Amino acid sequence: MNQIAFVSLSALTLASALCVVLSKNAVNGAMCLLLCLAGIAGLFVQLHAYFLAFILVWVYAGAVVMLFLFIIMLLDMQGGQPWRFRPLQALSGFVAAALLVTGLDLLAVRGRLASGPPVGHGVGSTLKLYAYQLFTTYLLPVQVMGFLLLIAMLGVIVISRRTGEAEGSK
Amino acid sequence: MTPTLDAYVLLSAALFAIGFLGVVVRRNTLVIYMCLELMLVAATLALVAFSRFNGTEDGDVFVFFILTVAAAEVAVGLAIIVALFRARHTVQVDRLDSLRH
Repeated sequence: MNQIAFVSLSALTLASALCVVLSKNAVNGAMCLLLCLAGIAGLFVQLHAYFLAFILVWVYAGAVVMLFLFIIMLLDMQGGQPWRFRPLQALSGFVAAALLVTGLDLLAVRGRLASGPPVGHGVGSTLKLYAYQLFTTYLLPVQVMGFLLLIAMLGVIVISRRTGEAEGSK
Repeated sequence: MTPTLDAYVLLSAALFAIGFLGVVVRRNTLVIYMCLELMLVAATLALVAFSRFNGTEDGDVFVFFILTVAAAEVAVGLAIIVALFRARHTVQVDRLDSLRH
């Protein structure tokens, strides 16, 4: 049962990821990204990381993909851009991707990874422990993330203001 | 029967490779950005799988941070793309070659 769910979810994820890469229309690509994220969230649920699945759908599907769609439509790209095939770039990309996959495949086949059954309860059943760790061991990173978000917000404001002034001066 | 850690790591590697392929092959800045997001999500999948199979919480905590950084990155990156589009009237990487020697 678990195996069937894993195979179907990973097939959905990989197929929609390929669709993101191959789609000519950027809007279709964003929709495929949404589907891919849904598959990943399902895999997170399989791994008992319910909270992270929720956060993934909330942040990625709710905010990031919507922002992508908004920008695509703002820049008026739904007509589709010509997708030109460049042999050298395609070849180098395929070779690098194949090297990555075969390297990890070798690592897995040689048994360097722990191949036993999952241990512990997963993050879903111990959300209290997760929060405890976030606010004790990882308190400094949480603070740094807060600053990072603040800086990103200020950066976005500065970037958009500067172009606005440039357009006004024309 | 549950899927093994190897299966999850291979899936995450395949996803990362697909995202990398997109970054190398595609010329549209927004699609390149989407493929970057794909690579980030692949890394989070591997982290969650490792954390589940080793019985620790650290990987899950890192995924939380990765999601935060990804959100900030997307906000800044898309603002830069919009500013670039206003200045150059294109989002194709081929036409944005001012730094080419």
